Amino acid sequence: MSVLQVIRADGILTVQDLGRPGHIAQGLSRGGAMDRLALIEAAALLGRNTVQAGIEMAGAGGVFTVDQPMRIALTGAPMTATLDGAPLRWQASHRIEPGESLRIGGAQSGAYSYLTTAGGIATPDWLGSRAAHLTIGIGAVLKAGSRLPAGADPDPDAPSRTIAVANRFAGGTVRIIDGPQTAIFSDEVLAKFAATEFTRAAHGNRQGVRLDAESRFTAGQTGIASDMVQPGDLQMIGDGVPYVLLAECQTMGGYPRIGTVIPTDLPLIAQAPPGARIRFLRIGLDQADGLYRDEVQLLRETASRCRNLVRDPAQMADLLSYQLVGGVTRGDELEETECRSI
Amino acid sequence: MAGDNGLHLNKPAAQHATDPKDWNDPNRMEAEPHLTPEALPAGIDGVLVRFALTPEPRAMAAAQMLAAELDRQAPPGVTEIAPGLVSVLLRFDRGTVQRAALAQLVLTRARAIAADPPALPAPSRRWTIPAAFGGEHGPQLAEVAAAIGASEAGAVEQVCAADLRVLTIGYAPGQPYLGLLPEPWNLPRMSALNPRVPAGAIVAAVRQLVMFTADSATGWRQIALTGFRAFDPTRSEPMPLKPGDAVRYAPVAAGELPGLIASGDGLGGARLEVLA
Repeated sequence: MSVLQVIRADGILTVQDLGRPGHIAQGLSRGGAMDRLALIEAAALLGRNTVQAGIEMAGAGGVFTVDQPMRIALTGAPMTATLDGAPLRWQASHRIEPGESLRIGGAQSGAYSYLTTAGGIATPDWLGSRAAHLTIGIGAVLKAGSRLPAGADPDPDAPSRTIAVANRFAGGTVRIIDGPQTAIFSDEVLAKFAATEFTRAAHGNRQGVRLDAESRFTAGQTGIASDMVQPGDLQMIGDGVPYVLLAECQTMGGYPRIGTVIPTDLPLIAQAPPGARIRFLRIGLDQADGLYRDEVQLLRETASRCRNLVRDPAQMADLLSYQLVGGVTRGDELEETECRSI
Repeated sequence: MAGDNGLHLNKPAAQHATDPKDWNDPNRMEAEPHLTPEALPAGIDGVLVRFALTPEPRAMAAAQMLAAELDRQAPPGVTEIAPGLVSVLLRFDRGTVQRAALAQLVLTRARAIAADPPALPAPSRRWTIPAAFGGEHGPQLAEVAAAIGASEAGAVEQVCAADLRVLTIGYAPGQPYLGLLPEPWNLPRMSALNPRVPAGAIVAAVRQLVMFTADSATGWRQIALTGFRAFDPTRSEPMPLKPGDAVRYAPVAAGELPGLIASGDGLGGARLEVLA
């Protein structure tokens, strides 16, 4: 078993995978990565046909080393990354040798970044998942000195790859569908909600994020029974302030819910940094069904968009001269022959 | 906008008055002829069958009944069945079953149950759980007592005398929703979150109690603290409470709590009786 060692932890680092579904009746929510698509992109970049556990990094990264050559993928919110001082492209896979120092800095945009090893992080599982679920004491925040078992890289000599991803790291328009309690909101409140631009509040964590606006959105009824809630549900806390439930949310809640964010757009909410602007677009179930892709489909589609990284900056000894000659790089020196797989 | 999609997106409020004062009128409750279950979309791969919007006892019994029936004979394509207070959530495999077909099938069963809703069955187990009320362990007991028109001692007496049941497990693993308390306890949640209540805390709202399994933020008011840990992943039985269990709280002095917590079983001195 290889080891990925945490030399320094700057952000909130936890092991995450796609979580543990199927336990709502016992009060256990699925949990797992805040940006599930980022782990799917990591698996695609690393040529895996299943999604592996990786390290979720909130706010900032850290310094890491390996004890055997292995490929890693850097996905999710873009951060600055260097290998022994040479810049590494984000949304890409790279090979790391023992003795090299992988430094991951602060997030440039977005909220959650992922460092995934090709063989996956192989910490012990609980109920079929390695995901830390800190609010219930499962797993722990990684600290300097944490040594994480990593599965062997099945193909360590595979070329580095990269993928272009849509910018889901700065807020935007989020599509929602009606949920079990949408009808307790008046048409006027629903219309006002659709017309409002929200700001992602500073208050947010793996359970959910609050959204700020001057308007309040109250249901027409109080005293409703607590009911099952799921990631994506948009509940109105207090006097009508929206709060979007995310990966580590509870399974039950009593605040009225105006709707549910569709799975396709959930990463955009999870990745919206404090201050990002968000609007909601209410769509019909038929449209939402048409947009839905399960994780197997998403991995296949994502893998088909990965390209080989022909020249990695880490290997470009003459990187500086490129910049001196042209002032800036042309932008496509680092591109990439198309390479389809899966 | 809700769309039809074959789902019965009834206006859920149809059988309820819009003024909360009217729901709390017991005469009005009795005047309602029967429950009207609805099947509603719950996320991209879920259907929720709900018997009522408010935590009324008949709807709770019907939900328990439907969940038990679905557990015995799950419809094709259903991947998860989770009973709530007044509803049952079904998650389904989109490749196996269509949402509308599943909703129709489950609604038919729900209507049959609603036509003759049973009372909650007699409990088969009863827990007696020591709890320290008020003071630092129940910082909002005074506020709650004032709201229900009782003294603090009177409020504690009402809680300890109530025939409480584990209505559902939710919000966090193993964490029980207990009820129902007498009608004056129909208190709304707070508009501001209680930023942090400790594990073992008993909090109150909407005629129910929740006993927290971990430190948590909540909109409910904390009235007491126990040493009972309803969730411990390292224990052979991580979630000892079961829906339907009866629960009695036994008041203890604040000074007794540390000793009960130190007993080491993680149950804070609780006793479990298996009833005939």
